[in-house]
Amino acid sequence: MSKIKMPVEKSHIMMFARSIGDANPKYYEEKDENVIAPPTFIQSSAQFDPDYFLRPKIGGDNWFGSGKEATGMKSSGSGSGGGGAAMGLHAEQHYEYHQPLKVGDVITAEVKPGKSWEKESKRAGKLKFSESVTEYRNQDGELIITATSVGVVTEKPVEN
Amino acid sequence: MLKKNEIKVGDTYSEKIVEDLKRTQIVQYAGASGDYNPLHSDDKFTKEIAGYPGVFAHGMLSMGMTGKMLTNFVGDGTLKKYGVRFTNQVWPGDSLESTATIIDIKEEDGETLAEIAIETKNQDGVTVITGSATAKVG
Repeated sequence: MSKIKMPVEKSHIMMFARSIGDANPKYYEEKDENVIAPPTFIQSSAQFDPDYFLRPKIGGDNWFGSGKEATGMKSSGSGSGGGGAAMGLHAEQHYEYHQPLKVGDVITAEVKPGKSWEKESKRAGKLKFSESVTEYRNQDGELIITATSVGVVTEKPVEN
Repeated sequence: MLKKNEIKVGDTYSEKIVEDLKRTQIVQYAGASGDYNPLHSDDKFTKEIAGYPGVFAHGMLSMGMTGKMLTNFVGDGTLKKYGVRFTNQVWPGDSLESTATIIDIKEEDGETLAEIAIETKNQDGVTVITGSATAKVG
Protein backbone atom coordinates (compact mmCIF):
# COMPACT_ATOMS: atom_id res chain seq x y z
CA MET A 1 0.00 0.00 0.00
CA SER A 2 2.99 2.30 0.12
CA LYS A 3 3.15 2.54 -3.67
CA ILE A 4 1.89 6.12 -3.60
CA LYS A 5 4.49 8.69 -4.56
CA MET A 6 2.85 12.04 -5.00
CA PRO A 7 4.62 15.15 -6.26
CA VAL A 8 2.68 18.13 -4.89
CA GLU A 9 2.11 20.30 -7.96
CA LYS A 10 0.71 23.78 -8.32
CA SER A 11 -1.61 22.98 -11.23
CA HIS A 12 -3.09 20.05 -9.31
CA ILE A 13 -3.77 22.33 -6.34
CA MET A 14 -5.41 24.82 -8.71
CA MET A 15 -7.73 22.16 -10.14
CA PHE A 16 -8.53 20.86 -6.67
CA ALA A 17 -9.27 24.38 -5.39
CA ARG A 18 -11.60 25.00 -8.34
CA SER A 19 -13.48 21.80 -7.61
CA ILE A 20 -14.23 22.81 -4.02
CA GLY A 21 -15.00 26.41 -5.05
CA ASP A 22 -12.07 27.84 -3.08
CA ALA A 23 -11.25 31.31 -4.44
CA ASN A 24 -8.07 31.84 -2.36
CA PRO A 25 -5.87 33.71 -4.89
CA LYS A 26 -2.75 31.84 -3.78
CA TYR A 27 -4.00 28.71 -5.50
CA TYR A 28 -4.27 30.50 -8.86
CA GLU A 29 -1.16 32.72 -8.93
CA GLU A 30 1.76 31.68 -11.07
CA LYS A 31 4.36 31.61 -8.34
CA ASP A 32 4.85 28.52 -6.24
CA GLU A 33 6.36 30.00 -3.10
CA ASN A 34 4.42 29.78 0.12
CA VAL A 35 1.57 27.84 -1.39
CA ILE A 36 0.17 25.57 1.28
CA ALA A 37 -2.25 23.00 -0.06
CA PRO A 38 -5.94 23.13 1.00
CA PRO A 39 -6.57 21.05 4.14
CA THR A 40 -8.17 18.12 2.30
CA PHE A 41 -5.88 18.17 -0.76
CA ILE A 42 -3.92 15.13 0.41
CA GLN A 43 -7.00 13.03 -0.45
CA SER A 44 -6.05 13.47 -4.10
CA SER A 45 -2.99 11.30 -3.49
CA ALA A 46 -5.41 8.65 -4.83
CA GLN A 47 -4.32 9.92 -8.26
CA PHE A 48 -0.88 8.49 -7.56
CA ASP A 49 -1.98 5.09 -6.28
CA PRO A 50 -1.56 2.77 -9.28
CA ASP A 51 -4.08 0.31 -7.82
CA TYR A 52 -6.72 2.78 -6.60
CA PHE A 53 -9.99 0.87 -6.85
CA LEU A 54 -12.18 3.90 -7.57
CA ARG A 55 -10.50 4.69 -10.91
CA PRO A 56 -11.10 2.72 -14.13
CA LYS A 57 -7.83 1.14 -15.22
CA ILE A 58 -6.40 1.54 -18.71
CA GLY A 59 -7.27 -1.60 -20.62
CA GLY A 60 -9.27 -2.89 -17.68
CA ASP A 61 -12.66 -4.42 -18.45
CA ASN A 62 -14.13 -4.80 -14.99
CA TRP A 63 -15.07 -1.23 -14.04
CA PHE A 64 -18.23 -1.37 -11.94
CA GLY A 65 -19.87 1.77 -13.34
CA SER A 66 -22.43 1.68 -16.16
CA GLY A 67 -21.85 1.24 -19.88
CA LYS A 68 -24.36 -0.72 -21.89
CA GLU A 69 -25.49 -2.26 -18.64
CA ALA A 70 -26.04 -0.53 -15.28
CA THR A 71 -22.81 -2.08 -14.04
CA GLY A 72 -19.83 -3.33 -15.97
CA MET A 73 -18.95 -5.70 -13.17
CA LYS A 74 -18.91 -9.31 -14.32
CA SER A 75 -21.44 -11.19 -12.24
CA SER A 76 -19.89 -13.07 -9.39
CA GLY A 77 -22.99 -15.24 -9.23
CA SER A 78 -23.77 -14.44 -5.63
CA GLY A 79 -23.95 -11.79 -3.00
CA SER A 80 -24.90 -8.20 -3.38
CA GLY A 81 -24.90 -7.64 -7.12
CA GLY A 82 -28.61 -6.93 -7.42
CA GLY A 83 -30.75 -4.02 -6.30
CA GLY A 84 -29.88 -2.43 -3.01
CA ALA A 85 -26.32 -3.65 -3.17
CA ALA A 86 -24.20 -3.32 -0.10
CA MET A 87 -22.39 -0.08 -0.71
CA GLY A 88 -19.38 1.50 0.88
CA LEU A 89 -19.77 5.07 2.07
CA HIS A 90 -17.43 7.46 3.80
CA ALA A 91 -18.44 7.93 7.45
CA GLU A 92 -15.65 10.01 8.99
CA GLN A 93 -12.38 11.65 8.02
CA HIS A 94 -9.81 13.16 10.36
CA TYR A 95 -6.52 14.89 9.61
CA GLU A 96 -3.68 15.76 11.91
CA TYR A 97 -1.29 18.28 10.37
CA HIS A 98 2.30 17.98 11.57
CA GLN A 99 3.80 20.33 8.98
CA PRO A 100 2.29 22.33 6.11
CA LEU A 101 1.90 20.43 2.82
CA LYS A 102 3.70 22.54 0.21
CA VAL A 103 4.24 22.69 -3.54
CA GLY A 104 7.44 20.79 -4.33
CA ASP A 105 6.98 18.17 -1.63
CA VAL A 106 7.08 14.55 -2.75
CA ILE A 107 4.78 12.53 -0.53
CA THR A 108 4.73 8.84 0.19
CA ALA A 109 1.95 7.11 2.10
CA GLU A 110 1.84 4.21 4.47
CA VAL A 111 -1.58 2.76 5.31
CA LYS A 112 -2.24 0.93 8.55
CA PRO A 113 -5.49 -0.88 9.31
CA GLY A 114 -7.42 0.41 12.28
CA LYS A 115 -10.39 -0.73 14.34
CA SER A 116 -13.59 -2.18 12.96
CA TRP A 117 -17.01 -2.29 14.58
CA GLU A 118 -20.72 -2.78 13.86
CA LYS A 119 -23.84 -0.84 14.67
CA GLU A 120 -27.58 -1.12 13.92
CA SER A 121 -29.23 1.81 12.23
CA LYS A 122 -32.88 2.58 11.47
CA ARG A 123 -32.00 4.27 8.19
CA ALA A 124 -29.61 1.72 6.67
CA GLY A 125 -29.78 -1.58 8.58
CA LYS A 126 -26.60 -3.15 9.89
CA LEU A 127 -23.59 -0.86 9.53
CA LYS A 128 -20.07 -2.25 9.33
CA PHE A 129 -17.47 0.38 10.09
CA SER A 130 -13.76 0.05 9.42
CA GLU A 131 -10.97 2.49 10.05
CA SER A 132 -7.65 3.01 8.30
CA VAL A 133 -4.79 5.27 9.30
CA THR A 134 -2.48 6.73 6.65
CA GLU A 135 0.82 8.42 7.41
CA TYR A 136 1.99 10.85 4.74
CA ARG A 137 5.71 11.71 4.74
CA ASN A 138 7.75 14.11 2.63
CA GLN A 139 10.96 13.47 0.67
CA ASP A 140 12.99 13.83 3.88
CA GLY A 141 10.92 11.22 5.69
CA GLU A 142 9.25 13.85 7.86
CA LEU A 143 5.68 13.16 8.92
CA ILE A 144 3.42 15.77 7.27
CA ILE A 145 -0.14 14.50 7.78
CA THR A 146 -1.75 11.61 9.63
CA ALA A 147 -5.17 10.80 8.17
CA THR A 148 -7.78 8.57 9.76
CA SER A 149 -10.58 7.44 7.51
CA VAL A 150 -13.70 5.58 8.62
CA GLY A 151 -15.66 3.73 5.97
CA VAL A 152 -19.07 2.15 6.41
CA VAL A 153 -20.78 -0.61 4.45
CA THR A 154 -24.54 -0.37 4.84
CA GLU A 155 -26.93 -3.32 4.69
CA LYS A 156 -29.30 -1.30 2.48
CA PRO A 157 -29.25 2.16 0.90
CA VAL A 158 -29.51 4.97 3.45
CA GLU A 159 -33.11 6.23 3.68
CA ASN A 160 -33.47 9.91 3.03
CA MET B 1 -4.11 33.85 11.38
CA LEU B 2 -6.51 34.50 14.23
CA LYS B 3 -5.20 36.94 16.85
CA LYS B 4 -5.41 36.01 20.50
CA ASN B 5 -6.62 39.45 21.59
CA GLU B 6 -9.29 39.55 18.88
CA ILE B 7 -11.10 36.29 19.58
CA LYS B 8 -13.11 34.81 22.43
CA VAL B 9 -14.95 31.60 23.22
CA GLY B 10 -18.35 31.67 21.53
CA ASP B 11 -17.22 33.63 18.45
CA THR B 12 -18.66 32.23 15.23
CA TYR B 13 -17.86 32.51 11.55
CA SER B 14 -20.23 31.36 8.77
CA GLU B 15 -19.99 31.04 5.02
CA LYS B 16 -22.27 29.85 2.26
CA ILE B 17 -19.99 27.23 0.76
CA VAL B 18 -22.17 26.24 -2.18
CA GLU B 19 -25.43 27.43 -3.72
CA ASP B 20 -27.48 24.97 -5.81
CA LEU B 21 -24.74 22.32 -6.10
CA LYS B 22 -24.26 21.33 -9.72
CA ARG B 23 -23.58 17.78 -10.92
CA THR B 24 -20.71 19.25 -12.93
CA GLN B 25 -19.01 20.43 -9.75
CA ILE B 26 -19.21 16.88 -8.41
CA VAL B 27 -17.55 15.70 -11.65
CA GLN B 28 -14.88 18.41 -11.21
CA TYR B 29 -14.17 17.06 -7.73
CA ALA B 30 -13.95 13.50 -9.06
CA GLY B 31 -11.41 14.61 -11.67
CA ALA B 32 -9.26 16.63 -9.28
CA SER B 33 -9.32 14.17 -6.39
CA GLY B 34 -9.16 11.02 -8.49
CA ASP B 35 -12.18 9.47 -6.72
CA TYR B 36 -14.30 8.22 -9.64
CA ASN B 37 -16.78 6.23 -7.56
CA PRO B 38 -19.80 5.95 -9.94
CA LEU B 39 -22.11 6.91 -7.03
CA HIS B 40 -21.06 10.50 -7.72
CA SER B 41 -21.33 10.77 -11.50
CA ASP B 42 -23.16 7.73 -12.88
CA ASP B 43 -26.92 8.11 -12.42
CA LYS B 44 -27.75 4.76 -14.06
CA PHE B 45 -25.45 2.82 -11.75
CA THR B 46 -26.50 4.81 -8.68
CA LYS B 47 -30.23 4.25 -9.29
CA GLU B 48 -30.26 0.71 -10.64
CA ILE B 49 -27.40 -0.91 -8.73
CA ALA B 50 -26.89 1.13 -5.58
CA GLY B 51 -30.58 1.90 -5.02
CA TYR B 52 -30.25 5.65 -4.42
CA PRO B 53 -32.50 8.27 -6.09
CA GLY B 54 -29.52 9.60 -8.05
CA VAL B 55 -25.91 10.69 -7.84
CA PHE B 56 -24.75 12.48 -4.71
CA ALA B 57 -21.67 14.42 -3.66
CA HIS B 58 -18.50 12.84 -2.35
CA GLY B 59 -18.31 13.27 1.41
CA MET B 60 -14.85 14.65 0.73
CA LEU B 61 -16.32 17.37 -1.52
CA SER B 62 -18.47 18.53 1.41
CA MET B 63 -15.44 18.30 3.71
CA GLY B 64 -13.33 20.21 1.16
CA MET B 65 -15.93 22.97 0.80
CA THR B 66 -16.28 23.14 4.59
CA GLY B 67 -12.47 23.33 4.75
CA LYS B 68 -12.41 26.48 2.62
CA MET B 69 -14.68 28.16 5.17
CA LEU B 70 -12.23 27.01 7.82
CA THR B 71 -9.06 28.31 6.12
CA ASN B 72 -10.83 31.57 5.30
CA PHE B 73 -11.51 31.86 9.04
CA VAL B 74 -8.23 30.68 10.61
CA GLY B 75 -5.75 31.33 7.76
CA ASP B 76 -3.53 29.09 5.62
CA GLY B 77 -1.15 26.70 7.34
CA THR B 78 -2.50 27.25 10.85
CA LEU B 79 -4.53 24.05 11.21
CA LYS B 80 -3.25 21.38 13.57
CA LYS B 81 -6.32 19.15 13.25
CA TYR B 82 -9.45 18.97 11.14
CA GLY B 83 -11.94 16.12 11.36
CA VAL B 84 -15.55 15.48 10.39
CA ARG B 85 -18.40 12.99 10.44
CA PHE B 86 -20.64 12.77 7.40
CA THR B 87 -24.11 12.77 8.95
CA ASN B 88 -26.25 13.06 5.83
CA GLN B 89 -25.72 12.86 2.10
CA VAL B 90 -25.39 16.00 -0.04
CA TRP B 91 -27.37 16.04 -3.29
CA PRO B 92 -27.25 18.06 -6.51
CA GLY B 93 -29.28 21.23 -5.93
CA ASP B 94 -28.32 21.49 -2.28
CA SER B 95 -27.16 24.80 -0.83
CA LEU B 96 -24.83 24.52 2.13
CA GLU B 97 -23.85 26.89 4.90
CA SER B 98 -20.97 26.08 7.18
CA THR B 99 -20.31 27.54 10.63
CA ALA B 100 -17.23 27.50 12.85
CA THR B 101 -17.60 28.24 16.58
CA ILE B 102 -14.67 28.82 18.91
CA ILE B 103 -15.26 26.56 21.89
CA ASP B 104 -11.91 26.89 23.70
CA ILE B 105 -8.71 28.91 23.58
CA LYS B 106 -5.76 27.29 25.29
CA GLU B 107 -1.98 27.33 25.65
CA GLU B 108 -0.15 24.12 24.75
CA ASP B 109 3.62 23.61 24.35
CA GLY B 110 4.16 27.36 24.03
CA GLU B 111 1.48 27.77 21.36
CA THR B 112 -1.93 29.36 21.60
CA LEU B 113 -4.59 27.12 20.07
CA ALA B 114 -8.24 27.65 19.24
CA GLU B 115 -10.56 24.66 19.47
CA ILE B 116 -13.31 25.00 16.91
CA ALA B 117 -16.62 23.19 16.45
CA ILE B 118 -17.84 22.87 12.88
CA GLU B 119 -21.28 22.29 11.43
CA THR B 120 -22.47 22.34 7.84
CA LYS B 121 -26.21 22.42 7.11
CA ASN B 122 -28.26 22.21 3.94
CA GLN B 123 -31.10 24.50 2.83
CA ASP B 124 -33.59 22.49 4.94
CA GLY B 125 -31.53 22.93 8.10
CA VAL B 126 -30.36 19.30 8.01
CA THR B 127 -26.83 18.83 9.31
CA VAL B 128 -24.63 17.16 6.70
CA ILE B 129 -21.29 17.52 8.50
CA THR B 130 -20.30 17.85 12.12
CA GLY B 131 -16.68 18.26 13.00
CA SER B 132 -13.93 19.95 14.89
CA ALA B 133 -10.64 21.66 14.24
CA THR B 134 -7.65 22.97 16.13
CA ALA B 135 -5.87 26.06 14.79
CA LYS B 136 -2.78 27.99 15.84
CA VAL B 137 -3.51 31.50 17.02
CA GLY B 138 -1.06 34.42 16.69
